[in-house]
Amino acid sequence: MSHTAPELLTFEDALERFDPAMGLEVHVELNTNTKMFCGCPANFGGEPNTQTCPTCLGLPGSMPVVNGKAVESAIRIGLALNCSIAEWCRFARKNYFYPDMPKNFQTSQYDEPIAFDGWTDVEIIGDEGPETFRVEIERAHMEEDTGKSLHVGGATGRIHGADYSLVDYNRAGIPLIEIVTRPIMGAREKAPAVARAYVAHLRELLLGLGVSDVRMEQGSLRCDVNLSLAPAGDGSLGTRTETKNVNSLRSVERAARYEIGRQAAILAGGGSILQETRHWHEDTGVTTSGREKSDAEDYRYFPEPDLVPVAPAREWVESLRIALPEPPRERRARLQADWGFTDLEMRDTVGAGALPLVEETITAGAAPQAARKWWLSELARRANELGTELSALPITPADVARIQALIDEGAINDKLARQVFEGVLAGEGTPDEVVASRGLAVVSDEGALGEAVDRAIAANPDVAEKIRDGKVAAAGALIGAVMKEMRGQADAGRVRELILERLG
Amino acid sequence: MPDISRDEVRHLADLARIELDDAELDHLAPQLSVILESVASISAVAADEIPPTSHPLPVVNVFREDVVRPSLTAEQALSGAPAVEGQRFLVPRILGDEQ
Repeated sequence: MSHTAPELLTFEDALERFDPAMGLEVHVELNTNTKMFCGCPANFGGEPNTQTCPTCLGLPGSMPVVNGKAVESAIRIGLALNCSIAEWCRFARKNYFYPDMPKNFQTSQYDEPIAFDGWTDVEIIGDEGPETFRVEIERAHMEEDTGKSLHVGGATGRIHGADYSLVDYNRAGIPLIEIVTRPIMGAREKAPAVARAYVAHLRELLLGLGVSDVRMEQGSLRCDVNLSLAPAGDGSLGTRTETKNVNSLRSVERAARYEIGRQAAILAGGGSILQETRHWHEDTGVTTSGREKSDAEDYRYFPEPDLVPVAPAREWVESLRIALPEPPRERRARLQADWGFTDLEMRDTVGAGALPLVEETITAGAAPQAARKWWLSELARRANELGTELSALPITPADVARIQALIDEGAINDKLARQVFEGVLAGEGTPDEVVASRGLAVVSDEGALGEAVDRAIAANPDVAEKIRDGKVAAAGALIGAVMKEMRGQADAGRVRELILERLG
Repeated sequence: MPDISRDEVRHLADLARIELDDAELDHLAPQLSVILESVASISAVAADEIPPTSHPLPVVNVFREDVVRPSLTAEQALSGAPAVEGQRFLVPRILGDEQ
């Protein structure tokens, strides 16, 4: 497949001429114990084809039964998104011929979603501070995930040129909620940021509901970005493309931005947009053409005859509504007050996707400012270097809290802590194990420290003389020399005290 | 009376990845029309006030507890597969594109 980049219009030029409209489809894998229609385990990472049964393999004579917990999660998601909950709805068969579903259809919902007509407010940071953007939710419906295909031969892992495919059905049948927005219009140059903020907001909301692991890198939250352009000020909707395989918050923003530039170049050149599925390539930052989108009628949806309708009692729905957790915005306001963060500190924490991590670190015992500092400086820098999300770093909030505790106890200093972070991220073990194996504890042996101070004074008589004359600021040079000799493993404050004791 | 055209049968065959030649299309299209006509005869007896029914029983909300039940072993799951590799179902090269 050719990956040569087509001509793009710059983002600014594109927006001068066109208005983007976006529709975001987010698939969330629920964290239920079992699959949507059978009792097979729904966890991630099992050996291939060890989590299947006659129902999820679509063997003759098997009958599906709906997972009640998944319906409850779907209703809670709908309520959290201010949706109406259907009084009566059905499942439908979405028929297609592709081996990722052994049944030759996916059990989904068609024109009767369990939740519909909702909205949610997302916050983006504009030039004049935070701005709220209302995203309207068209529907949230229940369906099941598909199996995982591995394409063999041709270019590795790609479908084009593959000689054959290998399918693992462990994932087939895992409960999935698809959340679909109405077209998001009027965001203009902020459209990519709104897309990212919406997915981040949804992730936070779903995490708060406790219904999903929402790990984009593992695919438990996936986003398809529908995007179209219309002439600026026209108010109409153009032909859209649907970009799939967008698996990080950063990619949601980049993919939207890329499609705006690509479509604008085509339209500006007098061309027209083909309604199609496009694939996002994280490595090259471009989208490439997938297939032409099937018409809904090609799926020949019809009501699933093997499942009875779902008619959630209003009392049940109301009891779920009352028990909903605090919404993200209110929660953020409360946490900010508890932690004493400034608006800017809070905004940076949220923007970096670090809120849950900072919260867990504080729960694990760290002071709020220390928790924030580590996640937003040292760890944010590492995540950026690795091109990954903070939550995907191989370090836990408990590890971060432990490293801070080691600093508070005086066992290590800030500089050594950076090496401990490095060790934990490199998979060398827990913070305590890294301190032990790398020999990072600060030298608290006063004798050894005193000797180092004496040597530094002897080696720098000029500096020592200045300090004797009252130029205390000159002590920095001696502290530096001592720290160097101790390979950073000393408490700089204590070294300063020792120097001044001798020369003061 | 419902009628299914030769082009519609060709489209369905494409969706199903079934290759049909012209002779087969000529042969099958009228047969499918006959089947549709037979089913459509139901609409002749269904009066306007009778809503379409997808489920004959007045039963709703049949739910299962979210409790894991034993799955098949990989050997059992793969026992009916025409071809297997790496404990996975081996399927022919897929033309067209991913779902």
